[in-house]
Amino acid sequence: MWKLKPPLEMPLSLKYNYILEQLTPHDPAITGNKLSAEEEFPNLSKNQTCMANVLTVQMYKRLRGRATQSGFTLDDVIQPGVDQSEHSCIRMPGCVAGDAESYTVFMQFFDPLIELYHSGYQASGKHKSDMNPENLKGGSDLDGQYVLGCRVSAGRDVDGFSFPPHCSRGERRALEKLAIAVFHVMNDEFKGTYHSLKNLSEEDCQDLTNAGILTDNLVTPKMFSSGMARDWPDARGVWHNDMKNFIVWVNKEDHLRITFMQQGGNLKQVFTKYSLGIKMLEEIYCQKKHPFIWKDNLGYVLTCPSELGTGLRGSVHIRLKYISKHEKFDEILQRLRLEKLTGDAFASTESGVCDISNSDRIGFSEVQLLQFLADGIKLLINMDKNIQHGKSIHDLIPAHK
Amino acid sequence: MASVLSQVVDNMKASGILTLVGAGSVAAGYLLARYRMKAGNLYLARFLRLALNMAITFSRALCNGKASGILTLVGAGALAASYLLARDCMEAGSKLRKLYPASADYPDLRKHGNLMASYLTPEIYARLRDKVTSSGYTLDQCIQTGVDNPGHEHSFIKSIGIVAGDEESYEVFADIFYPVIRERHNGYDPRTMRQPTDLDASKIRNGQFDEKYVLSSRVRTGRSIRGLSMPPACTRAERREVERVTVDALAGLKGDLAGRYYSLSNMTEKEQQQLIDDHFMFEKSVNPFMLSTRMLRDWPDARGIWHNHDKTFLIWINEEDHTRVISMEKGGNMKRVFETFCRGLKEVERLILEKGLELMWNERPGYILSSPSNLGTGLRAGVHMKLPMLSKDPRFPEILDSLRLEERGPRGENTEDIDGVVDISNLDRLGTSEVEQVQVVVDGVNYLTQCEKRLQRGQDIKVPSPLTHKFISDNTIGK
Repeated sequence: MWKLKPPLEMPLSLKYNYILEQLTPHDPAITGNKLSAEEEFPNLSKNQTCMANVLTVQMYKRLRGRATQSGFTLDDVIQPGVDQSEHSCIRMPGCVAGDAESYTVFMQFFDPLIELYHSGYQASGKHKSDMNPENLKGGSDLDGQYVLGCRVSAGRDVDGFSFPPHCSRGERRALEKLAIAVFHVMNDEFKGTYHSLKNLSEEDCQDLTNAGILTDNLVTPKMFSSGMARDWPDARGVWHNDMKNFIVWVNKEDHLRITFMQQGGNLKQVFTKYSLGIKMLEEIYCQKKHPFIWKDNLGYVLTCPSELGTGLRGSVHIRLKYISKHEKFDEILQRLRLEKLTGDAFASTESGVCDISNSDRIGFSEVQLLQFLADGIKLLINMDKNIQHGKSIHDLIPAHK
Repeated sequence: MASVLSQVVDNMKASGILTLVGAGSVAAGYLLARYRMKAGNLYLARFLRLALNMAITFSRALCNGKASGILTLVGAGALAASYLLARDCMEAGSKLRKLYPASADYPDLRKHGNLMASYLTPEIYARLRDKVTSSGYTLDQCIQTGVDNPGHEHSFIKSIGIVAGDEESYEVFADIFYPVIRERHNGYDPRTMRQPTDLDASKIRNGQFDEKYVLSSRVRTGRSIRGLSMPPACTRAERREVERVTVDALAGLKGDLAGRYYSLSNMTEKEQQQLIDDHFMFEKSVNPFMLSTRMLRDWPDARGIWHNHDKTFLIWINEEDHTRVISMEKGGNMKRVFETFCRGLKEVERLILEKGLELMWNERPGYILSSPSNLGTGLRAGVHMKLPMLSKDPRFPEILDSLRLEERGPRGENTEDIDGVVDISNLDRLGTSEVEQVQVVVDGVNYLTQCEKRLQRGQDIKVPSPLTHKFISDNTIGK
């Protein structure tokens, strides 16, 4: 019945895909194709971001005609990096993804970028997730004199919606509605209240600021240039449980940003409660037919390529009076696969209070990352004690992990 | 539609006609889509060829009465599909993301106090949301700055809250632009009224101000180049094209207008400091209104300042518009400033036209710029003046309103005043000619200096009666 021959070009089209792309007729939706790619190529001479190190004119030529299903183009991907050229450094990715599909449509750009930013991770490799707190050894008894608080936080994006740089108002509001429905179902120690940023009363505002949830710099310049700050504060909000230590931000930089924080040095307990909470959220979202986006090679898919994989940032608020002034502090941190958070409101160099967190996101499971953190913090506390008592720390300096 | 057709068909039992209808509609659909193929993708034609083959095999194999219903289904289905595909290809950009109805996407403007918010109804939004100009600019991009910056509901001068990305936006989104223009420009109706142009500086009277009060005088306007989209919508290549073309044209300026171009990305420290000292420099704005308009993308690529050696005439390139033409001097000789301005502007326009380009001008809205408040002449003639007593007088806003003037801080729009130094300039840009607007400023500034002198002597001042003006509309021509 089907007396039709399949089109002959099929196998060849895979091989010469890029020539076919150049021959496709002009789509008026993709603007900016009137002038040539060389003229459109951004000036990256003073740009130090990862994006600038990866993007070449040939890559731009090939990819600029493409767009994802929802209309996100390569120009939108690289816009934050181009705008940031004056204050850029290699630790900035300089690009954003508008939806999960961007990572496949612009694979030729994102794969080298991921390999460059997350040095040592092959974009085709497999990423494993392990959130079982039993596997974490130690970490429950970090010295309370040094460690002021622990916090574990990660982002999650929900399937079926495009990401904050690109979503329309309707999508964002639907996401908020979905999130509120999910929060209603949460129970036990995760019962809480949702505050929409638009309708925040004075006293709520004061409460949230005192709890450290609402800070001054919610909207950063990067958010403006990537489009995440559009229509602020429409459909944005924060949910917290009654004890105000489990916090979920809705529609800020990712669809959800889930944090658990606690005073004191019990990192393991923080991780246990955090993984309980996030598992509960994941199940409820699955029931609502909008699971978290996960890919085998990229882990949890998030807006910023720097947060791919686990998306996990475990950090410790710690007072290290002596070692923080040591000349080799940065090198030690790097060897321990940790990093110091900059630009923190509470970090002051005189008293040595700073935030230390893991520097990797992908290639290691959550348990492994927190293991680095726990072991590294123990070592740093030992070093600090040694310096305080005048001993040398030379033999304590670790080899690179 | 298909099921209704098939019911009708069964009743009529006209099988031969129906196979023809089926095959014919499929063929029509194929032809429709073929003409649209320029806008669409390659696979469309292939799909429709398949559909046509399918229908023909069907009709050959099953040519009897029972299958007529199936055939109409096939034909109607193929026709509907090809029509929808063809229609979608026409709006290929906007079809991609409209999974949500317009009511879900309508912004929450209840706490907003700008002009855009007062005129954007859900009906207008639903009508315009899916439209796209030829450079891909959408309504959401136009209104983004108004949605992000609510403004104050009871402030004296409401902000506009909407920008245009290219010349076409004013037509495609006319339903929201025209009411905003009407309110901002005193009831000027771009559909029926005409914009006069008059750049004869000799008509200015009393153009020398008292220099004890007036510190500096400045006249600025903007010009856009037709065929290239404006800063909110332009791509990097378009912006570079504007820079290239303008700098090329300006190289032809001679005499006291001859000068040099300074590109923002290649400036030395010394040059930058010199430009700041001369009050010529512009920097990346931190104004929240600007951040949401997408005008600050790719900073400082293709931005720059051109000024003449005498430092009286300068041009900003790719700041808020393609070009901003400015003439300024210290002191109070507004007549000379306006004279340099007219001369320089005419020369610049002539040079750009010589290169084979056109300026964005239309006799109805006048010169077209990115903000609707700058339509018409785009002219802002202003002075920095010292009014220590008058600026604190509670009648000051009323006086300014009657004189058709507006006050800004000396650092530009949306800033506060410093030591009683205020920036006084004209409010009106559309409906009157350049000479008339500068005359309004001259008369107003002279009146304000008088008021200040009277206040300093301890005498009382009077609020003047409001100025009136009649627009030139199509009905008044010939009277």
